[in-house]
Formats: sequence, C-alpha cells, structure tokens
Amino acid sequence: MRISPTKFISLLFLVLSVFYLYTAYNIQVFAFDENAPFNARTFPIYLGWAGIILSSLKIILPEKVTTEVNHKHLDYKSIIYLIIISLVYAAVILKIGYFISTSLFLFASYYFLGERRWGLMFILSFPFVAAFMYLLHGLLNIYLRDPFLKYIGVMG
Amino acid sequence: MIEGILIGLSTALSLTNILMVMVGCFAGTIIGMLPGLGPMTAIALMIPITYGFDPSTGLILMAGVYYGAVFGGSTSSILLNAPGIPGTVATAFDGYPMAQQGKAGKALAIAAYSSFAGGTISAIFLLVAAPSLSKVSLAFRSPDYFALMILGLTAISAFSSKGQFLKAMMMVVLGLMLATVGQDSLSDITRFTFNNMNLTDGISFVLIVMATFAMSEALTIIFRGKDPNRAAKQISLTELGSIKVNKEETIKMAKTIPRSSILGFLIGVLPGAGATIASFLAYGMERNYVNEEEKQKFGKGSVHGLSAPETANNAACSGSFVPLLTLGIPGSGTTAVMLGALLGFGIQPGPRLYQTNPEIFWSVIMSMYIGMVVLLILNLPLIPYIARILAVPRNYLIPLILFFSVTGIYLMSFNNFDIFLMIGIAVVATFLRLYDFPMPPLILAFVLGGLMEETLRRSLLISDGSPNFLWDRPITLIILLITITIVGWQIFSTLRKKS
Repeated sequence: MRISPTKFISLLFLVLSVFYLYTAYNIQVFAFDENAPFNARTFPIYLGWAGIILSSLKIILPEKVTTEVNHKHLDYKSIIYLIIISLVYAAVILKIGYFISTSLFLFASYYFLGERRWGLMFILSFPFVAAFMYLLHGLLNIYLRDPFLKYIGVMG
Repeated sequence: MIEGILIGLSTALSLTNILMVMVGCFAGTIIGMLPGLGPMTAIALMIPITYGFDPSTGLILMAGVYYGAVFGGSTSSILLNAPGIPGTVATAFDGYPMAQQGKAGKALAIAAYSSFAGGTISAIFLLVAAPSLSKVSLAFRSPDYFALMILGLTAISAFSSKGQFLKAMMMVVLGLMLATVGQDSLSDITRFTFNNMNLTDGISFVLIVMATFAMSEALTIIFRGKDPNRAAKQISLTELGSIKVNKEETIKMAKTIPRSSILGFLIGVLPGAGATIASFLAYGMERNYVNEEEKQKFGKGSVHGLSAPETANNAACSGSFVPLLTLGIPGSGTTAVMLGALLGFGIQPGPRLYQTNPEIFWSVIMSMYIGMVVLLILNLPLIPYIARILAVPRNYLIPLILFFSVTGIYLMSFNNFDIFLMIGIAVVATFLRLYDFPMPPLILAFVLGGLMEETLRRSLLISDGSPNFLWDRPITLIILLITITIVGWQIFSTLRKKS
C-alpha cells in the first residue's frame, strides 16, 4: 500500500503529538497545583489531544486535493550543499568570529550555487560583510560580537 | 483625536522617521518584487535592524517595508506574471496583459495610483475606526479574548490554506506547541526543554519567523530551481513604455477606487482574511459593476481589473492593523510578525496602547500615510531602475537572504545553538511548504500562544475549571458561534466538493 506524502507527514505529526502529550502529562507541577483548575500541564495537554485528533482526521479522511511534487524537478544537490555549509557556519561562528565565518559562508554559498565570477564573489563576501558590520556596529550602534576582530584590535 | 494626529505627525515627520519610511518602502519594494519573497520575509529581515531604534522608529520602518513589499509584489506581477505575494495574484490578471501590449509603464502607474488611493482612504478609515474600537474593546474580558484568538486562528486556517483546512489547523497546533517550550509564565516550571538550558527562555519569535519564512523561502527557491514552471522569466526593461495615465483611464480609476477601498478595508479588519481575499473579491465585484463592454476587457488589460485588486490589497493592509492596534490580536501573518516585534520592544498592543503609548499608536497610523506618499513620489519614477533587481541571479540572492537570517539570530543571542535550531526548523518548514502546509497559521499561533494560555488560565480559574466561560457572556458566545460557523462552512464545502 502506498501512503501519500501528506498522510505520511500527518502520521509523523501524530507521533509528535503523542510524544508531546506523554511529555505534557509528565510535567512536574507543584503539589498544591496538582488539582487546580489550571496548571502548567493543562494547556499542553489540550494541545496534545488537538494534535492527535487533527492528524488522525487527516490520515483517516480521503484526500480531496492532492499535492503532487515532481521530485525530478527538485534540486536536492544544491540544497544539501547549502544546509551543510550553513551547519558548518553555525559550528564555527563562535570560534573564528563573525567576520571570517560569514565571509567564507557567503563565498562558499556563491560557489556551490554555480557562481564562478571570482572578483564579484569576493566583493560580495569580505568587503560586503565588513561594510555591513560597520553599518551595524559603527552607525547603528548594534553590538556584534567578534572575538577574532577584538583579538587583532579592529573592534573594541 | 486631533491631538493624537498631531502627536503622530510630530513623531512620524521627524527626520529619522521620514528617512526610515523611505528606507522601509525602498527595501520592501525590492524584497517584495522578488518572486516568492513577501512582506513577512521583508519585515522579518528588518527586525534585527530595528533593535538599534526606539519602538516608534522601528515600527515605522516595518510599516514602510510592509507597504513597499506589497507594491513590489505588484511590480513582479505586472512585469513577469510572477506575483511576489498571493495578495497580488489578481493584479497579474490584467496587469500582465497590459504589459504584454507594451504598456507596462502605464500598468505600473495605475497600480501605484490605485495603491496610493486605496492605502490613503483606508488610513483615514483606520484613523477613525481604531480609537473607537479601542474604547469598545476595553469591555473585553479574558474569555472574550480567548474566544477571539480561537476565531483568529480558525479564520486564518480557513482563508489562507487553499482549501486545506486540516493542514492549516495542524500548523496552528504546531505553532502553539512551539510556544509552550520553555518556562511557564506563572509557575516558572520548565516545559519541553529536555534539560537543555538554551531552551529555558523558550524559542525566540524572530528565530521562528526567520526559519519559517526568510530561510525556508530561500531554501524553497533553490529546491524548486529545476522546475520549468518556476523558471525565472526575463523582461525587457527598455520596453516599459510611458507611465502617463490619460483622462479616460483616470475616470475609470476614480470609479473603481472608492468601492474597492471600502471593501478592502472591511476585509482587512476581519481576522484571517487580508490582502489576498480582498483583492480577489474586489476584482470579482468590479467585474459585476462595469458595463458589458468593459466586462469583455477583463483579463485582457482592463484598467478597472487592474485598479480594483491593487486598491483593495493596500486598503486591506491598513485594515489589518485595526485588530492589532485595538485588540492586540493580529489578523494576519504579517501583522503577527509586527506583534512579535512590538512585544520585543516591550510594548503590549491592545485597547490600552491608545492611552499608554499614544505616540506609537498615532505615529504608526500617520507613517502609513507618509509611506503611501513615499511610494508614489519615490518608487514610481524609480521603477525602471528598481525592476532591474528582478535580473539579480539567485546565486547571489539566496546566500544573502541566508546571511541576513543567520545574522539576525546571531545578534540576538551570540549563541550557535539558536542557529542550529533555526536551520533545523527551516529544513522542516521547507518540506512542509512543498506539500502545501501553510506557514502563516503557524506564526500567528506561535505569537498568540502565550497570550492564549494566559487568557485560558484566567477564564478557567474564574469559572473554577468549568467550560461555562465559553457561553456565559453574550460576546464570547457570539465569537464562538462565528468560529463554529467557519468550521461548519469548511466541512460543508469539503462535502460539497466530494459530491
């Protein structure tokens, strides 16, 4: 039996709702609050049940409008590259600082999306990030933490 | 009211705020013009910039971005037949055929004049309606607010989901579930944090908006990059033609604008409705109003057909501020983002905003009018140049959107857990969008989650745990009956489709 992607997503939502409801019932409340008309568990319990009912209805009821997605037209390669670059960016931003990590992230993203005009890629990464940092830090007075630039004395 | 208008004018007309309206309109036009990116993304991307400003300036910037994005969406509808936002789909019905006839400049001018007129008329309605409604809404109690929020969430699910009501309701529940992560506001008990200290304060609203809109939209554009139906269309920017509108066309616009403005404003006030429904209804209404000869021109470049949806969608934008400013309950995804930004500034919109922060209340209203003027006198002559943004390759555009999203989150917490969380939510949102699970209901639910739990808590404590609070007060009962009618109508229309 083939299950449609929408029903599969609804099934995942049902599992999430069951897990949410289980966790909601296990929220530790104060002893004096245990039998109160409303405590920290009440709203999540309602939500858990609402999630279970809605996702079950979506799974059980026949689909009137089906959403067809042609997977041949989806660019999995580029999106996987972008997600990996973003994850690496998130992992290194605190270690090597905002300026270098962001500039490298932009440069790598342009490259993996097929750009090869090196000069433009450079301008729209390193100088662009520097200008943006100046706008935030220098003009708008929005603090932008960058341990590396602080270490080399560029930022206060 | 005169005093309020003067307070609003003095705030909105300060040099900084005029500059912000101009920057907002300009940035909003550029972002809104890009197919796939709408006002919510535009406002979300601006939130980190507003951190450095006072609340009035920040809100004025966002209001400018909102109007600019709606105008920008019309531009891509007319030039490329690729609406930037659903609210400008109806604009393409007659705008694009007009552009194909070599009258793109004229179509853009008609759109700009109609937007200006619709926005201005509805700003006047807002000026009158908002203070009056604020006074009325002071009589609202917790059960009424709770019922009103249920109505708002049901309505946005019914109207924004292309007939997929259950999917939208699932997104509402998901949004509410995400809002419960972190400390309970009353008892400080942590919920759903799984002993992760980074989640103790809950998930930030900006993170959710950036993930589900800005980042997810960027990923969706890349993901669907090979789809031939979505391939970028090219326009010849040298063939825009004259932007002059002749007397006959002006008369046609003058007939269309008043009725479309009223309709647009009223639709905008309704929770969950908004620019999309307003523009389609105005288009349909106009077609019924005009004579047989004009009717034949609809879909082939009719001035009435272009002016009506453009007027209505801008009027609806102003209308959507009424429930936000007077009740503190946003009626649309875009105003939900603005509510989140307001809460970030430490301001709780609602009936008392009119009294406690009159400068914010009035300056937002006045800045709308200034925004309209800016759009007309600044953006219209610049359209041939601004339209060149449509030629910017996605290879540059997408990384820049990702960059603004990550920077916004980094500025808030200087913590990479939030960036990881944002990437995770954006990936899930991208797949959900692929299968038509709408995101605006999720955002609205996330924003309202805390307030909804609070009003439910108060209502249940007052009624000693009994659900009677839902029908004890006539106003609660009426709101509840409207909600039941919307749900019933959804069930009926589903069954009718089946038969």
